[in-house]
Amino acid sequence: MIGSNLLRVASIATIASLAFGTITANAQSLIINEEELMITQAPAAAHLENLDEVFSGWIYRTKETQSLQLDDFDNPGMIFVDQALDEWAKVDGSAGKSCAACHTGGPAEFAGLRTVLPRWDDEAGAIQSMEDYINECRTERMQADAWKWSGTSMTAMTALISLESRGMPVNVVIDGPASDAWEQGKDIYYTRVGQLDMSCANCHENNYDTMIRADHLSQGQTNGFPVYRLKNAKLNSTHARFKGCMKNIRATPYKEGSDEFRALELYVASRGNGLSVEGASVRN
Amino acid sequence: MKRTAFLIIGATAAFAAMATAEITADDVVFDEYGSVAMSLTGVAGDAANGRDLFKNRKLGNCLACHKNTDLSDQAFQGEVGPSLDGVGDRWNEEELRGIVSNPKNTFEDTIMPAFYRTSGFFRTLEKFEGKSILSAQDVEDVIAYLQTLTE
Ligand code: HEC
Ligand code: HEC
Ligand code: HEC
Repeated sequence: MIGSNLLRVASIATIASLAFGTITANAQSLIINEEELMITQAPAAAHLENLDEVFSGWIYRTKETQSLQLDDFDNPGMIFVDQALDEWAKVDGSAGKSCAACHTGGPAEFAGLRTVLPRWDDEAGAIQSMEDYINECRTERMQADAWKWSGTSMTAMTALISLESRGMPVNVVIDGPASDAWEQGKDIYYTRVGQLDMSCANCHENNYDTMIRADHLSQGQTNGFPVYRLKNAKLNSTHARFKGCMKNIRATPYKEGSDEFRALELYVASRGNGLSVEGASVRN
Repeated sequence: MKRTAFLIIGATAAFAAMATAEITADDVVFDEYGSVAMSLTGVAGDAANGRDLFKNRKLGNCLACHKNTDLSDQAFQGEVGPSLDGVGDRWNEEELRGIVSNPKNTFEDTIMPAFYRTSGFFRTLEKFEGKSILSAQDVEDVIAYLQTLTE
């Protein structure tokens, strides 16, 4: 089992080194439902000083995990997308409204939205994530309770909305009014934290494509979010993932939905500009 | 003559007392190459316990980043750092004590954590605040084990 895992990694590396002359990534393509080709490898954006190329986390998963994302019928995250469709039509809150009541074009109204979030919002005067927009509609327009940032209803709804952008390249804006938050996110990314005294970059920039115990390290990209993880059998938000990585190095995480995590989300998303949104992706 | 003997005995006793007192993490003295000459506890390391600490995920977890053929029965050996096969030939005891206590003095900017350090961290989870990953004796045990890894 383990042996075969390591062997597989070795053979992937061999294939890659034959193909590109460097040990990088699995050469297999991510084509969903035999028709949607995902961009899983792209030239790094100019603002990325230390990388030439960026890779989707899908590339570093085992063949078995990868194949779960090749067909929506095999993708366990799609069950939650179905649940979100029900939620979409459901009246909730004292205004007696459902999402469908106002967004009459259906979730398709949000095509492309995932690619530009998080973004600076003039009205809010802050960086806003998709979760913020959804909760704004729930609390202010539906008079319903806010959903928990990483609760099942929220991650399911972000999956439904992200799916409308699947395949489109991530393209968050980092300049103008977003630049302060972007700098803050970059700062957090490169700051060593916790008893293990590591930064995000230590693992995801300097050591991607190596094994850290049982895990094949990726670049820690967010283009696949929300991510269905085999480990906890549910959809996971970006902030929940950041939190998990920080706790692993014995650091006190920032709060989900905090300005720090929004800033980090913006910065990490910008490191993946050019990679396809993978809607609900599958990881281990 | 008598007086000299007395002084020597006195000095030895004082030294022995010093050597058995555990050196706190903040007081470990690194030389300019990152080596630590003095035992952290004065008690010889136990290599067998060091081997256990090496593979324990909550303690050394050295296998997260290092391969080690001596532990080939252990699943999932990482490759972030070099294989530690033969590491006892490459580094002596004092160097190994320095590397395990705080490798940042030997390898600038390394990802490898300091295993005997209690201050200078940022945002450490409360339950680990002010604590080192390994105890002083754990470090001595681990370096005793590392010295058995020769080729
Ligand atoms: C009472 C009407 C109403 C309801 C109900 C409603 N929304 Fe909205 N929603 C709006 C309006 C108005 C906007 C702002 C549109 C704009 O600024 O272009 C908006 C914006 C959004 C946005 C941001 C779109 C963008 O391009 O910035 C998202 C995402 C969203 N809604 C999702 C939802 C979801 C999910 C629900 C159900 C949980 C919901 N909305 C319920 C009226 C509503
Ligand atoms: C000790 C190494 C380590 C550190 C430090 C670390 N991570 Fe991770 N991270 C991992 C591992 C292991 C995984 C799971 C395998 C993979 O995708 O790399 C992961 C996964 C991720 C993922 C999911 C990628 C995907 O495609 O699903 C994101 C996003 C991420 N990390 C972001 C971060 C951020 C942001 C930080 C800093 C706050 C950070 N990580 C710090 C080890 C680390
Ligand atoms: C997060 C990854 C990581 C962990 C965990 C880790 N190391 Fe390391 N270690 C490294 C890296 C990387 C190097 C290479 C030095 C550098 O950064 O250039 C290294 C170097 C070493 C060296 C020098 C090796 C040589 O041959 O030159 C020794 C000895 C060592 N580590 C021992 C340990 C021990 C013992 C443990 C557990 C108590 C441990 N390491 C845990 C990453 C790690």
